[in-house]
Amino acid sequence: MVPNDQKLHTDVFDIGKVPYASLRDGLSEGLLELAEKDERVVVLSADVSESVKVAAFKDRYPERYIELGVAEQNMAGVAAGLANYGKIPYIAAYAAFSPGRNWEQIRTLIALSDLPVKIMGMHTGVSVGPDGATHQALEDITLMRVVPNMQIIVPCDKEEARKAVVAASTNGKPTYIRFTRPKVPHFTTTETPFRQSRAEYLWHSDSPQVAIIGVGPILHDALLAARELEREGIGTSVLNVHSIKPMDIEMVLEATRRAGRVVTVEEHQILGGVGGTIAEILAQNTPLPVEMVAVHDQFGQSGTAEELLDNYGLNIEGIMLACKRVLSR
Amino acid sequence: MSFLSETDVAHLEHHARVIRREVITMLGKAKSGHTAGPLGLADIFAAFYFHILKHDPKNPEWEERDRLILSNGHVAPVRYAAMALAGYFDVDELQTLRQFGSRLQGHPERLHLPGVETTSGPLGEGLSQAVGIALGVRMDIANNHTYCVMSDGEQQCGAVWEAAMLAGKERLANLTAVIDRNSIQISGGTEEVMPVEPLGEKYEAFGWNSILVDGNDVEMFCDAVERARMESEKPTVIIAHTVSGKGVSDIEGDYMWHGRVPNEREVEAWLQELGDEK
Repeated sequence: MVPNDQKLHTDVFDIGKVPYASLRDGLSEGLLELAEKDERVVVLSADVSESVKVAAFKDRYPERYIELGVAEQNMAGVAAGLANYGKIPYIAAYAAFSPGRNWEQIRTLIALSDLPVKIMGMHTGVSVGPDGATHQALEDITLMRVVPNMQIIVPCDKEEARKAVVAASTNGKPTYIRFTRPKVPHFTTTETPFRQSRAEYLWHSDSPQVAIIGVGPILHDALLAARELEREGIGTSVLNVHSIKPMDIEMVLEATRRAGRVVTVEEHQILGGVGGTIAEILAQNTPLPVEMVAVHDQFGQSGTAEELLDNYGLNIEGIMLACKRVLSR
Repeated sequence: MSFLSETDVAHLEHHARVIRREVITMLGKAKSGHTAGPLGLADIFAAFYFHILKHDPKNPEWEERDRLILSNGHVAPVRYAAMALAGYFDVDELQTLRQFGSRLQGHPERLHLPGVETTSGPLGEGLSQAVGIALGVRMDIANNHTYCVMSDGEQQCGAVWEAAMLAGKERLANLTAVIDRNSIQISGGTEEVMPVEPLGEKYEAFGWNSILVDGNDVEMFCDAVERARMESEKPTVIIAHTVSGKGVSDIEGDYMWHGRVPNEREVEAWLQELGDEK
């Protein structure tokens, strides 16, 4: 069941009733909230202010908004300069291009220099939909994980996205936050606890046999899968590891040792993402069987978000199957 | 900053010679690094650290300071030498260049040595940062000026032009770029490897003001900076023609010396040619 302290939306399990919202709106709200509190906050975008929802900030604080045009490499460098001078820049563009195209600028100018630039990776995962593989970033977590000093947050819904945006402003570190495009279940609330680098149980059966560990909107599918498995007599826990770096290793070990078997879930490449991170932690501490729900070393393609998530097995059935597979090992 | 007297010019030329001596000695000791660029830039760095910059060597983080961003980080020895001579740190520390544990990294890093402003080395990235700093300064309605020294070879990097386009659009008059136009890069002359000309016209087309000078003439260079500072509508690029390896007749203008360092015998001969300035 859902731990009481999580204060999830009361209709979390009712697909017809749970509200839907895009994580992008969490960015928009978070930035407006921050702008009022801290005048060092500035926003940069690369000709995508409407689609990544920084237009409200741009309209209200034009003197603190910088339009770069289609120039993601320059955007990373300009942000590094602004941070060097004392600002807290948020740069927002499609993740395929930032941190895709400007990875080296992020590595050298932001991470090696340890500057508090906040990189908003928008339009990630196959759920970007009809735009196809070129615009569906599936490698971004890996790209950012391997860079020292970088912190990473992957929110699961609009509310957690807002909290992540706000939290990043005070950590003093280069930070990557990952967003998806479509409207997805808005199942956490303002009261749901969120602390950067601390994992939270979204679900905990009395005696979990599988620890489901993941990030992003697919965690809602994980919750529905957990409830279904419980009905079938299989206890699980669902751990939201929104802070991929630094990771809450203690909680990961607690959840996995208790269950003994592990399933990781993410809308991302299988190589080096959440599954890879958890596997590294387990291999170094408590080797345990792991199944990974992820995109298996393939590119995305055009389609609706739903068609694509189903095609790559990033859904309730995929998660249930992985749990059963890991139990049979 | 003011116009230079004859004594001022002699003073700066003296500093440039001392910088060259330090560069040669430190590169000889380090046994790796770049020689041609730092020697060619000695006059410009003498001008910056001993005349142009508003700075405080004892307080490198002073908020009112001008920012000097070095984009082509491989010429770091000339900056390190100028900083040490200006009083940022002890001149003896120059001998630790490129050694394990040294603050003087092979390419400069802001977290290692206060005063270098940015981490640099990968080419084509300094101007973006300089534009970011200049935008931040303008947001705060402050008066600090931002300078960015680049190489001519790195004008081949696309990101330089992304940054140039933004500076032009934003009319960043508080930004002055300096291009070390020594016409060489690792594998040959710039115009053979990948032509960058017409450089001045390119920047002008991007909304900049451009000034062409002899970068080994401190008086002419300081005068150009003075003119750039008087500009109130646009950023300025100073295209400073320099002779790579300047001061050492055997290597002047020879691209083979871009990434080579002198051996002991060469160090001795070169120092002798430069004359005793200690």
